[in-house]
Amino acid sequence: MTLTNKARYALMSLMGVGLAFIYIPLSVVVINSFNASRTFSWPPTDLSLKWWSKAAANTGVRQALGWSISAGLTATAIALLLGTCLAFAVSRYEFFGKGIISLLVVLPISLPGVVTGIALSNAFTQQLGISTSLLTVIIGHATFCIVVVYNNALARLRRMGTSLQEASMDLGANGFTTFRLITLPNLASALFAGGLLAFGLSFDEIVVTTFTAGPGIQTLPIWIYNNLFRPNQAPVVNVVAATLVVFSVLPIYLSQRLSQDSTSGGRF
Amino acid sequence: MRESAEITVSIRNLSRSFGAIKAVNHVDLDIYSGEFLTLLGPSGSGKTTVLRIIAGFEKPDEGTIHLGGKDVSQLPPYERDVNTVFQDYALFPHMNVLSNIEYGLRVQRIEKTERKARAEQALEQVRLSGYGDRKPAQLSGGQRQRVALARALVNRPSVLLLDEPLGALDLKLREQMQIELKELQREVGITFIFVTHDQEEALTMSDRIAVFNQGRIEQIGTPREIYENPQSAFVSEFVGQTNKILFEGKRINIRPEFISVSKSKESGDRTLTGLLKDAIFVGASTRFLVDAENGEQVISVKPLEDLSIGDSVILSWESKKEFLA
Repeated sequence: MTLTNKARYALMSLMGVGLAFIYIPLSVVVINSFNASRTFSWPPTDLSLKWWSKAAANTGVRQALGWSISAGLTATAIALLLGTCLAFAVSRYEFFGKGIISLLVVLPISLPGVVTGIALSNAFTQQLGISTSLLTVIIGHATFCIVVVYNNALARLRRMGTSLQEASMDLGANGFTTFRLITLPNLASALFAGGLLAFGLSFDEIVVTTFTAGPGIQTLPIWIYNNLFRPNQAPVVNVVAATLVVFSVLPIYLSQRLSQDSTSGGRF
Repeated sequence: MRESAEITVSIRNLSRSFGAIKAVNHVDLDIYSGEFLTLLGPSGSGKTTVLRIIAGFEKPDEGTIHLGGKDVSQLPPYERDVNTVFQDYALFPHMNVLSNIEYGLRVQRIEKTERKARAEQALEQVRLSGYGDRKPAQLSGGQRQRVALARALVNRPSVLLLDEPLGALDLKLREQMQIELKELQREVGITFIFVTHDQEEALTMSDRIAVFNQGRIEQIGTPREIYENPQSAFVSEFVGQTNKILFEGKRINIRPEFISVSKSKESGDRTLTGLLKDAIFVGASTRFLVDAENGEQVISVKPLEDLSIGDSVILSWESKKEFLA
């Protein structure tokens, strides 16, 4: 398709406005985390790291960071295990209800977080009678983390086909050896990409977390939300937000680089 | 040779269905030690399924496979003394060429120095010495084909299965590989079971050909037997070209290259006159299209003759070259 110059410039400026709308506020947050002024006078007259050291010394922040990382890592580990198993089942075997199971696995990514949150919270406290804790946060996160791992693994398995496995068995390797020497190495980069994405999703999740977190458990996003309107915490909130940007963007950037060919699963 | 040679693969009453389709329908087949047997047929005729059942990738619904006298029908692929060259080569993309070739020896726990020596030797056998460090993605189609061959042969299987291995190569390379494969087979003395839909390829390379149609073997024999004496209409049409002519009230079949076209000369005990309709020069030979007096259209393939379109010609052939099917 060819565009007239006029149309080209119009589209480019529209795109520019759109990107600016997303990224200028984000950069303001990041720059303000270095802004020496307590009132955030703009443009910043002086840059300093004092809010960063203050944030690093803040026990609430440090605890929240710890919870976020352990929730993210554990949910990702669960997602890797279950998502890979599911992808194998769906790509390699024919069974009754396969289409429905595939849909049910992917569904949590598009379900409103608030619904998932209420449902899980209800199930944990009312039906199962277990109190909310870090564990319930992890289970809640795993429900949507599985989706990205599953999608990445499934796309790779479909592209790989079955002939590599057949060749391996033909050459004398049993099922387990074939998985270890052939399937897993060819699946690894897709799993790594899916895992990074899953961690990124978990790290900035707020809605499901709100409903499933036990008393006193604050992940980083929840800590921000709780401290956003406390004037004397505002500088530290900026620092935490900037950290959150890095922790969420980096995995997603890396996983995109790693899996240019597989589907990402959406919901960033 | 065949009466004395021992049977390596023995297939009895083999059947396999996919849904409502009978892919393989009660097939019996004996394959002799050291022979080059081709399973020839159109796509969907069951030839690939038979190969995959021998390899162990598919289980038969019915029937048995004996390999070297032992029933292997229910054994998994890794417990069968056969190796396969896949249509898409199926080289392991994360391993280099040498590791690909060593793979079979590695999983069978052959000691490291021996497997390296054997892999190098196999590379040399397929004329790829020095390519051991490359990744499969860095090779051409023809080179990948050779690596796949080396990877299978290095295990010294009693039978090598080849699933349309030349299908992805261009014509020149394919013809070259046909000759090389045949030479390699003589050299290593392993039984080759080769699947193809290309009748010329089958005729060029095989000791025997089994012609498949709709899950059954229509005919099995040497390339000459198949070509000169096809036992069914399907075989005569699938392998080579056939003229079907109504001659003195009888329908006869004859290959185009056995019919001579001339202005006056007869060569053979059967003759028919007609008008030359077209002459297509195809290099080593010419295809003559003749409208015969009895209303039939006859094709002859012979070296170029001094004839022009519209000439009255005499078609002649030996009756012993006719076949009935």
